[in-house]
Amino acid sequence: MHLDAKIPSGPIEKKWDTRRFELKLVNPANKRKYRVIVVGTGLAGGSAAATLAELGYHVDAFCFQDSPRRAHSIAAQGGINAAKNYQGDGDSIYRLFYDTVKGGDFRSREANVYRLAQVSVEIIDQCVAQGVPFAREYGGTLDNRSFGGAQVSRTFYARGQTGQQLLIGCYQALERQVDAGRVRMYPRTEMLDVVVIDGHAKGIVTRDLVTGKLQRHYADAVVLATGGYGNVFYLSTNAKNCNVTAAFRAYRRGALFANPCFTQIHPTCIPVSGDYQSKLTLMSESLRNDGRIWVPAKKGDQRAPGQIPEPERDYYLERKYPSFGNLAPRDIASRAAKEACDDGRGIGPGGLGVYLDFADAIQRLGEDEVRSRYGNLFHMYEKITGENPYKVPMRIYPAVHYTMGGLWVDYHLQSTIPGLFVLGEANFSDHGANRLGASALMQGLADGYFVIPYTLGDYLAGQKAGKADTTHAAFAEVENEVRARLQRLLDVNGSRSVDSFHRELGKLMWEECGMARDAAGLQRALDRIPALREEFWGDVRVPGDSADFNQELEKAGRVADFMEFAELMCLDALTRDESCGGHFRTEHQTDDGEAVRDDANFTHVSAWEYKGYGERPVEQREPLVFENVKLAVRSYK
Amino acid sequence: MANATGTMRLKLHIWRQKGPNQSGAIKTYDVTANEHMSFLEMLDVLNQELIGKGEEPVAFDHDCREGICGSCNLVINGVPHGPQRGTTACQLHMRTFKDGDEIWIEPWRAKAFPVIKDLVVDRGAFDRIIAAGGYVSVNTGSAPDANEILIGKADAEEAFGYAACIGCGACVAACKNASAMLFTAAKFAHLQKLPQGRVEADRRAVRMVQQHDAEGFGSCTNQYECEAVCPKEISVTSIARLNAAYRRASLRSVEV
Repeated sequence: MHLDAKIPSGPIEKKWDTRRFELKLVNPANKRKYRVIVVGTGLAGGSAAATLAELGYHVDAFCFQDSPRRAHSIAAQGGINAAKNYQGDGDSIYRLFYDTVKGGDFRSREANVYRLAQVSVEIIDQCVAQGVPFAREYGGTLDNRSFGGAQVSRTFYARGQTGQQLLIGCYQALERQVDAGRVRMYPRTEMLDVVVIDGHAKGIVTRDLVTGKLQRHYADAVVLATGGYGNVFYLSTNAKNCNVTAAFRAYRRGALFANPCFTQIHPTCIPVSGDYQSKLTLMSESLRNDGRIWVPAKKGDQRAPGQIPEPERDYYLERKYPSFGNLAPRDIASRAAKEACDDGRGIGPGGLGVYLDFADAIQRLGEDEVRSRYGNLFHMYEKITGENPYKVPMRIYPAVHYTMGGLWVDYHLQSTIPGLFVLGEANFSDHGANRLGASALMQGLADGYFVIPYTLGDYLAGQKAGKADTTHAAFAEVENEVRARLQRLLDVNGSRSVDSFHRELGKLMWEECGMARDAAGLQRALDRIPALREEFWGDVRVPGDSADFNQELEKAGRVADFMEFAELMCLDALTRDESCGGHFRTEHQTDDGEAVRDDANFTHVSAWEYKGYGERPVEQREPLVFENVKLAVRSYK
Repeated sequence: MANATGTMRLKLHIWRQKGPNQSGAIKTYDVTANEHMSFLEMLDVLNQELIGKGEEPVAFDHDCREGICGSCNLVINGVPHGPQRGTTACQLHMRTFKDGDEIWIEPWRAKAFPVIKDLVVDRGAFDRIIAAGGYVSVNTGSAPDANEILIGKADAEEAFGYAACIGCGACVAACKNASAMLFTAAKFAHLQKLPQGRVEADRRAVRMVQQHDAEGFGSCTNQYECEAVCPKEISVTSIARLNAAYRRASLRSVEV
């Protein structure tokens, strides 16, 4: 299979303009004849559904939550990047582009990233017009702060709830279209498969989570915006119900899955407190604007933090990366924390933690100012840990947070199945091997508000509206497969709960395919996963039945997909025999523990093609060509 | 507070209801928890035990488990989201309780929030209230530069305070009239505080209130129970703002 990324020709700053002119248009009167399915209502899906409906298409939008407003974008805390240069501190579209390519350790596609930086400025305009209450200066202009991997202040924010405010803006735009009759919203409805007719995505099969009914939905194109797969690790900062099912089902139907091993471990999360732990909570990267990270300089130092004098503390990020200090990118900050803990200098239960200390900031700015910047985060921390971070330093540890890998898409965000488009975290395109903070919100909204409305039209212009309907044999076939699989899950009637399998898989993935990976560990995981999967299908217990509201059945389907997907991740991690960004192969590091890339052999996207259950998938490669940014050792020193 | 080992034995009285058309009842369970657990993790422990015994686990809505998605909705010992102020049920930790406690767990109860199963209710009415005008009518791509319209810091902060609503519905569950005025007014006040939202304020006030009433929510009689239980501590001044705007709009015979 030849992967054509459809990158426009010409200089990078002209590519998107050039392509927008080349794209075919659908006449306004014809738009309403086309039906588009959008799965997922986070920033990417919600913004896409609203904008496509504004243009006049008929949109069917789906989410498994009880309301589109609850998608996990809502939990994003810190902010959204945009190259507005309102601070006059040297920012530009080119600099945001450059920082993102470098931050991703030179494993992303230049043309996509440049377009992302270009449209970033329009996103802020759009959100302000919707009534998003961003933080402001006394003079009434928008305020900015800094995030990791950048030396300019380009992050727009709404306290520590930026994702919530952006999502509500987008949800309101979506509800406006529901009111206008152009969007039909299906909440509590989970997509369980894609229907491909004559090689094109033409619909989906869903399960109504309240009644258990399977439903067929026809469309002229299908847009997936179903988020990332971080919950393969069981414990992550993702919401409990985030899953890989929609993307994985598309993969099984022929969409290639790109760079699944690129996962982001966020450095500042609240540490695990016990075996009952159900999820992990992020403490925003924005805290690193004013908080200082440290561990005791001496191994096994058990003194309370306040008892450890300055000279006996190791502010390791400031020491190792003086020019970026506490704002080193996430992958680097996470590894440095792990290194300190592996060295026996970790703090808190089990020695798996480091301090994030605000004592200096409180002295410099006063407690009130610190409260106005981070109050809700401090509040959240105190609720979970019972400790007051104004008085004692926060204890933090890295946790799985985001997945850069995802379904392979071309410049138009179209997967290898024509008519199947993939947006936001669910695709792989913009962040390479490591995403910079405050760039996920930017990408989700860029894809939904400003890219798909153009590129989808080009596809639809070549399709006759309403070519097939749900009576087509392909729908019946897919629906039967979905029904049989649900029944199979219920019929096992074994002895172990879905959660117990999920925890076991997650622990295995964290140990062998987490912050540091090596060939031997990945091979161990590849040996163990198929066996665990067999145990799952032989011994899982799913109570209740399928014609009912059944949360265990929902989870079982998702965990079954994680059981297959985990193997693909480990295979990709084993095949990518280099270190880059969040993918750290311990075999490839410098003496001081920095990642060593192998540009000669791995400057490409690995996109995996499904070959059947239990069969080894086939790797396709998209070479990455860097015409603007020079490949270099990523240095934040 | 727990005993010396950090474990606590609890008696849970939980509302169980098979489906929307069946009647429900309180059932009692014993569970052993740990003071570091979150409240929902304590329910996870119970559910794992129920699955082990071949019983159906307790259905409850939850997702982010960090107090922002608005999914969780438990009435704990008679109070929506439980005893702690400014806290969602998922942020509540077991250290708030003590060994030997009995805890009553029920769903939101309101005509406009029918029970789906156990502790899960249908809050679709909230989406319909937003669809009736809880937005600014601006299409993608037609926005002026973000700094073109200046907004004072205090106004932006106040708007944020209202916009922080997570749409959980605790305000309705706490209200003796099952009114959703705090939810409706928070959205109205958020948009009214910003120049972008002021243009359509009259029409918004009228349409959102009409939809609120049509959904079967009750009227506001200024008891302020809603404010007391709101996990985001949204102020009832929003309701005063909406009432004033609604009266003004009624006099102007707004086209809806």
